[in-house]
Parts: sequence; structure tokens; C-alpha cells
Amino acid sequence: MIKTDICIIGGGPAGLAASIEAAKSGAKVLLLDENHKAGGQLFKQIHKFFGSKAHQAGTRGFDIGENLLKEAEELGVEIRLRTVAYGIFEKDILGINDIDKQKNGLVDAKKIIIATGAIENALPFEGWTKPGVMGAGAAQTLMNLYRLKPGSRVVMIGTGNVGLIVSYQLMQAGVKVEAVVEAAGKISGYLVHARKLLRAGVPIYTSTTVKKVEGDKSAEKVTIVSLDDQFRQMPGTEEIINADTVCVAVGLSPLAEIARMAGCDFTYIKSLGGFVPKHDKNMRTSRKNIYIAGDVSGIEEASSAMEEGRIAGISAAESLGFINSKEAGELKQEYYSRLDELRQGPFGAARKKAKEELIREGV
Amino acid sequence: MKNRVKAPATDFFSMLPGYPSDERINEGPVAIIECEQEIPCNPCETSCPRGAITVGKPITNLPVLKDKKCVGCGLCVANCPGQAIFMLDMTYSEKTALVAIPYEYVPLPETGDIVIVKNRDGESIGEGTINKIANSKATDKTNVVYIEVAKNIGREVRAIEIR
Repeated sequence: MIKTDICIIGGGPAGLAASIEAAKSGAKVLLLDENHKAGGQLFKQIHKFFGSKAHQAGTRGFDIGENLLKEAEELGVEIRLRTVAYGIFEKDILGINDIDKQKNGLVDAKKIIIATGAIENALPFEGWTKPGVMGAGAAQTLMNLYRLKPGSRVVMIGTGNVGLIVSYQLMQAGVKVEAVVEAAGKISGYLVHARKLLRAGVPIYTSTTVKKVEGDKSAEKVTIVSLDDQFRQMPGTEEIINADTVCVAVGLSPLAEIARMAGCDFTYIKSLGGFVPKHDKNMRTSRKNIYIAGDVSGIEEASSAMEEGRIAGISAAESLGFINSKEAGELKQEYYSRLDELRQGPFGAARKKAKEELIREGV
Repeated sequence: MKNRVKAPATDFFSMLPGYPSDERINEGPVAIIECEQEIPCNPCETSCPRGAITVGKPITNLPVLKDKKCVGCGLCVANCPGQAIFMLDMTYSEKTALVAIPYEYVPLPETGDIVIVKNRDGESIGEGTINKIANSKATDKTNVVYIEVAKNIGREVRAIEIR
């Protein structure tokens, strides 16, 4: 049995930021990640981040990832890679599995921080299981992490920031984006991301979706179709696009199974991506030794995930007495105000309201 | 008939607080900020060495260009994470204007190359000559490509296509 003060599940932006704050306080921190490298989505985010200097605006995601990793290592965070946390059992004992050695183990941590992130939503249509149809995040992983083109001609479904940014990155990789389709009547992500596609000549169609994907062994032909204001497909509006890849970017859902298994209370909040574990201002769930941070606590973006991670790391360390409450309070205040800055304007306000309601509801 | 998204025309952007006055545009190099949504972001403000761009608090405010302070240095062009800032010099020569755009594709064009220039909708609107390509550690892999184009399309050029 491995003993530690704080065990963090997931080494993405939230988990890494949490590990840094917790380790700074002197707590012994174990960070688990099932991948070959910690950093989560940051290493495939080759674009410059938004925000202010405090949020590392203007810095590319992978550079933010390298900086966080370096800081965590320097602070003595123990990072176990290729390690899955498969369950939280009685007395908050964690079951872990080393993927390469196929060996199970147990972790006895005084506090657990769940920072497992999110999973891409699927979209069923005829031919959706054919090779060549994939999540936009999968395409982004293939090209930006493994340096593989996912295909040569792509139809993107969805105009949220993921769909728009991945479309742009596909073009940077030399892939032709044949069309971007959006079921809603307008582009849902940032218009500045859409403008990069438009000026490159990529058609973006609103009130449009993919009807079917055909091909012998894998995707070859993609039929798109117009939608009416009830989102019904309009017969006779079909158009066929020759494409070998269809990327699905229709939102994300919190990846919260382990919190569910641990018995954390959940609530449903549509603007945060669906079912999320309830949490308080300290990012503590209804289980007193379990904290959450990042997309698992409601879908936002990496910038806010890092701030939430920092709050969770400080709170967990504070509850173990590694930081006094005055110092912890001051630190958290700084991160609350940084979060607030990100949750403003037409895109952030709904999330701010949802998070405030969630916190008011209590645990 | 599919609903293909069209970009708004120059008239729309010229109403934004980040757009310089016509008078200022005719005086020489100046930044053109086409940032129309209140998103949390302010590197334009912090990258400007002359204090010509103000976002303030909250950082979702639209950037305001103090066009008299701006000298058209192009630093904000490379530093805007949304690639929504351009530089325009309508005084470049008697017949031509100089436009600077952010560029993150490979291969890079070369100085002297004749390229196709495109508007906000990706439509070809003429040809231009690559005048200069600026990049440095400060621009972090975002190149700023300067293109010399006919004056009458100066305000419309937003992209290039290498032939």
C-alpha cells in the first residue's frame, strides 16, 4: 500500500496545478496519469491561450504544459504514468493499475483530488462507426502528439471552439477542411476562430448536419443536409462531399465515473456539460476527503481548469494543516478573482452563474 | 441551398473601438483590430509598447485603439491569440498599400513572391507582393507577413495563397 498525503487522479492542467499548490505547502503528493506523459490536453494545444498575463495568455498550450510539468517535478511531486485509478473503495482507499506491468496496487491518501477531465460527446448518424469518423480531439491527438495526419480531406461537425480550433490546426498540418457544419443557426464558438477558417476559404454551414457517411472500408463520401428550425433534416437539401475523415466536435461531458463510484452527490447542469459532482467553494465534494477540479467539475477550458486545480490543491493542503487558513484564504482569493475574470462576457457569464448556483446549493 | 456563413463587411468592423479613424488610416501605418466579441483576453494591451491599446478590467472589454499613439509596429498582430489584428499602411507608395497579417502555415512565402490575396471570406481579390516577413522570439512562431497590394484593396486583404 502506497501512503501519501494527497493523491491526484489525472495530470492535465487541473491536476498538475493542484499538485503544484499542494506540494508547495509541503504535502506529500502523488499524481496519477494513465498516459505516457502528464499534461492532459495541453500538449496538443498548439495555439496561443486567451486570458491575461496571470492566465498565461499568448503562451501556447504545450509550453504551459512543459512549465507546469517542470514546476511539479521541481517541487517533488511523484508522478506515476501509465497508471489508472480504477476505483475508490472503503476508507477512501484507491485501487490503481500499472498498465504496462498489468499490476494492481492500492493507495492510501489522506485526501484525493479528482481531475479526470472530460470525454467527447458522440453523434450517431448512418455510417458513424466507419473508420475515418472520429472525435475532433482524437484527430488533434493524432496530428499534434503523434504527428500523423488523420486523413486528407475532412468534414468537421460542430463550431464550438474545439471544432473551430481543430479545423484550423488540421489546415496547419496540411489537411484540407472541406466543410464545417453546425446544427444551430449560428457559430457557437469564438468568431475570431471562425474568421481564420473563413478567410482561408473553408465553408462553414449553419443549420446543417451530417446525414450519412458512406464508403467501402472507411469513410469516402459524406452527405450533409440542411436542418429546419426544429432541427429536422430537410429532404432534398442533401449535398455530397468527398472526404475520408469526419471529425465530431459536439461538446464534452465531465468524466466523473470515479466520483460516482466514490458516492459523491451529483447534480445536472446543462451549461456545465451534464451531470457533475456537487462541490463547494473549496472544490470539495460531498465526500469530505475528496476534491475535484477542472472539466470533471463542469466543462470550461484549460485556463479555468488550472485555477480550479490550484484552489483544490490549496484547500486539500489546508485541511491537512499544511497551510494555515489565513494564508490559504489569501491565496484562494487570488485564484477566485482570476477565475472570475475568465467567467465574464457572453461566453463566460452562463458558466459563472451555473458555478455560483452549484456552490450555493452546497454539498 | 446551404446557409454558408459570410464575414461582415469592412463597414461593420470600422464601427468597432479597435478600428482607427479614416483620417488616421490615411496618415500611415496603423493597427486594425477586428475584435468584436467580449471574450476574456488582453495580450493586445500588454504587448503594445506604446500603450495604444486599452482593454482594462474586466478583460472581456473590447480593445480600444488610441490611433494617434499607434505607430503600426505590428507587435499586436503577432500577439493576438485570436489573430484578429492586422496592420495597414495606406501611405506605402503612391499606388500601393502595405498590409500585415498573422501567418502560421508552412511553407512560408519568400520576400518578393507574388501571391494571391484574399478577403475575409477567402475570395481572391487580386495579387500582392511579399514585402517582409517578421518573426522573433517575441512573436513565438506567429509570423507577420507584410504584403504590398493595390491601394483600393488595402482594407480588404486578410489572407494570402501561395501559388
